[in-house]
Amino acid sequence: MSFSLNECFENMNEGNVILSYKGSISAELITSVLGLIELKLDNTDEKPNIKKRIYNVLVESLQNLFHHIDEPDESLRNELGQRFGVFVISKVSNGYLISTGNLIKSEKKEELKSRIDKINMLSKDEIKEYYKFILNNQKFSEKGGGGLGLIDIAKRTSRKLDYSFTKLNNTFDFFNLKIFISNN
Amino acid sequence: MEPISIEGTPKTPSIKFYSDKGILEIKGRSIPENSIEFYKPLIDWLEMYAGQPHKKTIVNIQLEYFNTSSSKCILDVFKKLELIQAGGNDVQVNWYYEEDDEDMLEAGEDYESIIKVPFKMIEIVD
Repeated sequence: MSFSLNECFENMNEGNVILSYKGSISAELITSVLGLIELKLDNTDEKPNIKKRIYNVLVESLQNLFHHIDEPDESLRNELGQRFGVFVISKVSNGYLISTGNLIKSEKKEELKSRIDKINMLSKDEIKEYYKFILNNQKFSEKGGGGLGLIDIAKRTSRKLDYSFTKLNNTFDFFNLKIFISNN
Repeated sequence: MEPISIEGTPKTPSIKFYSDKGILEIKGRSIPENSIEFYKPLIDWLEMYAGQPHKKTIVNIQLEYFNTSSSKCILDVFKKLELIQAGGNDVQVNWYYEEDDEDMLEAGEDYESIIKVPFKMIEIVD
């Protein structure tokens, strides 16, 4: 794995790591991870509504990853394989952290960045209205939820979306999204 | 019309439609990667049902989880109900949520504000 990507992955491991994955992202993998985390959450003392929130945000973040993976070019594919993505789920003080990472074509970076920045500018009430607006007005694609995933995550966590891009080569960036869910 | 009965899975809800009684039930989890594919038979079925609906249609929705991809499909289900009501028939949605699940209550209220069909929010207490 190239130096910068390795470093990105290392940096994602924060707090008490519950699960850390690096490799191909498939629907079957997501099903297994959801099952495993649900079991883990059942064995904690978190309140039922907090467990649900964590589970919901995990569903959205992993499916977002699943739907938006850009296939690596040849040089990266030999190293990373197909449908490459990473995620780390960890317990930190006062809550949980879900950190996801995937390759994105550098040409799409600005569009994603402005979408997230737009969500981050909104107040709690505005996010709720924006969610309803997109739900009611935007055509959904066969694969994704028409960009509703990120809005849903911001809405449920009541936090700004924390993200970064790291340049990997001339074509690709590594996109990292860090989601904190408070257990209060 | 034939009743519908679809068994639930860890990622998709059970769906029961008793056309003779005008009762539709959606229960469980709705978190498939491809929701459009899953909901298409129900939407098609509702479209046929809207041609000859029961005098009163009752829709019971009791979801533990649903993803954003399902949220649009659920809205499409409600839009079909709106048509049935616009045709002069009664429609009632019962939106069930578990005790303290504010997110699920809020989701129901979001739909209620978009769709012109009466909603009843019902808290399930253990």
